[in-house]
Amino acid sequence: MSSEIEELTGEDPLPEPGKAPFSWKNFLRKNVTQLGMIFVFFGLWLFFILAAPNTFLSPQIYYAFMATTPLFAIMAMPLTMVIIAGEMDLSFTSIMAIGMVAFIAIFEPTGNVSLAILAALAAGVAAGFLNGGLVVGIGIPSLVATIGTQFFLRGLALVLLNGKGATLVGARESFVYEMFVGKTIGKIPNQFWWSIAIAILCWIILNRTRLGAHIYLIGDNVQSARLMGVNVNRTRLAVFIMIGLAAALAGVLASMQVSFFWPSLGEGYLLSTLASVFLGGTSVFGGVGTILGTFLGSYIIGAINAGIVAIGMTGYWTELIYGLIIVISVSMHVILQRRVK
Amino acid sequence: MEPTYRIELRDVSKNFGEVQSLRNVDFKLGQNEVVGLLGDNGAGKSTLIKILTGYHQPSSGELFIDGNRIDSLSVPMARGLGIETVYQERALAEQQTLWRNIFLGRELRTTFGLLDVNKMKQETSKLMLESMGFTSSAVNPESVIETFSGGEKQGVAIVRALYFDAEIIILDEPTMGLSLKETRKLLNFVRHIKDMGKSAVFIDHNIFHVYSVSDRVVVLDRGRVAGEFRCSDITLDDLMEKMYLVAETGSME
Repeated sequence: MSSEIEELTGEDPLPEPGKAPFSWKNFLRKNVTQLGMIFVFFGLWLFFILAAPNTFLSPQIYYAFMATTPLFAIMAMPLTMVIIAGEMDLSFTSIMAIGMVAFIAIFEPTGNVSLAILAALAAGVAAGFLNGGLVVGIGIPSLVATIGTQFFLRGLALVLLNGKGATLVGARESFVYEMFVGKTIGKIPNQFWWSIAIAILCWIILNRTRLGAHIYLIGDNVQSARLMGVNVNRTRLAVFIMIGLAAALAGVLASMQVSFFWPSLGEGYLLSTLASVFLGGTSVFGGVGTILGTFLGSYIIGAINAGIVAIGMTGYWTELIYGLIIVISVSMHVILQRRVK
Repeated sequence: MEPTYRIELRDVSKNFGEVQSLRNVDFKLGQNEVVGLLGDNGAGKSTLIKILTGYHQPSSGELFIDGNRIDSLSVPMARGLGIETVYQERALAEQQTLWRNIFLGRELRTTFGLLDVNKMKQETSKLMLESMGFTSSAVNPESVIETFSGGEKQGVAIVRALYFDAEIIILDEPTMGLSLKETRKLLNFVRHIKDMGKSAVFIDHNIFHVYSVSDRVVVLDRGRVAGEFRCSDITLDDLMEKMYLVAETGSME
């Protein structure tokens, strides 16, 4: 069809009706959330530089920031997929701990770090399967099911280790240890590269696979997805398994970073992870959200955390601000959505 | 030799718990035939078509497609056999883009198994131009469905059904919520299905719409087939008379 048009009009083809010519206005409208976030990111940065120039003009803070932010960024991205699919997972903080219990169980007798990591990841998958099974198999709303497993898995970790921690100092010699929490190109912590790798992987899954397409569909209109033959249960199960796997990986990274595992590992990550997802523009109702948004969201949350401490406010403020971010970003999304309609 | 039907239901019943939605229904759809399905609310029209599309499985009875007995038809299987449906609820994901909706549940992939997003957008562009008649530059494959009008949404649902070489098209109350002009376009589209040598099942409340495009009408009442007529054998007035009779007495006689 378009070739006929070209023939008729010579060298100057008419713009195809389906393809609007590029315009800045359209570009802005389409990417308003991401652009807004980049703006907020640089705005905050400038604010912190002005408020605490000594801290924010020295590289140390950025290295620290690149080591701590990935721990929740790695979970926030798969959690984005869970929420796009119209589900929720609140148990990932406990999955971090249960993964490390499996790690310790293998590491202490064998001293094999790689095997221990595999055990941790397997435990994460199993925990995700448990959550998915409760939601898909029994039909419990995921919000409630994962509050249950959050306590259950935390309790299990505490019972199995009798509430005691375990040292990972013996693992420090391993090259795997270096790969996970070492440093590359000068002082850049490897956790940072992990967060980028997970971001790319999550982006591919969400934007370039059928699973990703179905995640958007079931979160948007589950009835329509069923009518069009999408396997809704399998898709739901997959998102819970992905967040389980990511939480176990985050648990390994977090523990290796301090060479010690506390069975309370993960408490305190719930707020920053959720805040990253919602700040990133993911709809609390499902169907809408991006990996890039969450990735940027995580680093903004990380910067706020570092900034609050650096400008001399107490840590209590972080909780207040994160809570505020969740409420405001979710509300903003609802209001913007209403305006479209 | 007995002609094979595109679809044939033999003695099909469907129960939802205590409720019996279909009772011993026989239904046939011939080659290149448009069958209209009429009936009041709760007559079982939607249940019947959801059995044809693999969404529901019959509680008892047999289902044949092109003469082959199919035991448990699923939605992907039905689509694979060339049965596409335009649902009354339009079955669109409103917050998603046009191209995602066209390929909903049937996403194209590259040889590496990843989604072929560019191909899907190109195909959507082509379909918009050739089949949907969208010419405004405000609508493009990246447009989100919730910004479309009712008629545009119906157009998307229909084009989606046609894109995948559907042989049998099932239209579930497709005129609901459409303007007069959009309705006329839709009826022409149903005639076009017949011209292309395909078959269709057309469900509608509106007896005029059904009568004007169907070869045959099947009247359902409270889960049973109350009557069946060739449109060439009955006048619209007689058909209406029969429909009133069915509504009041549950029988055609």
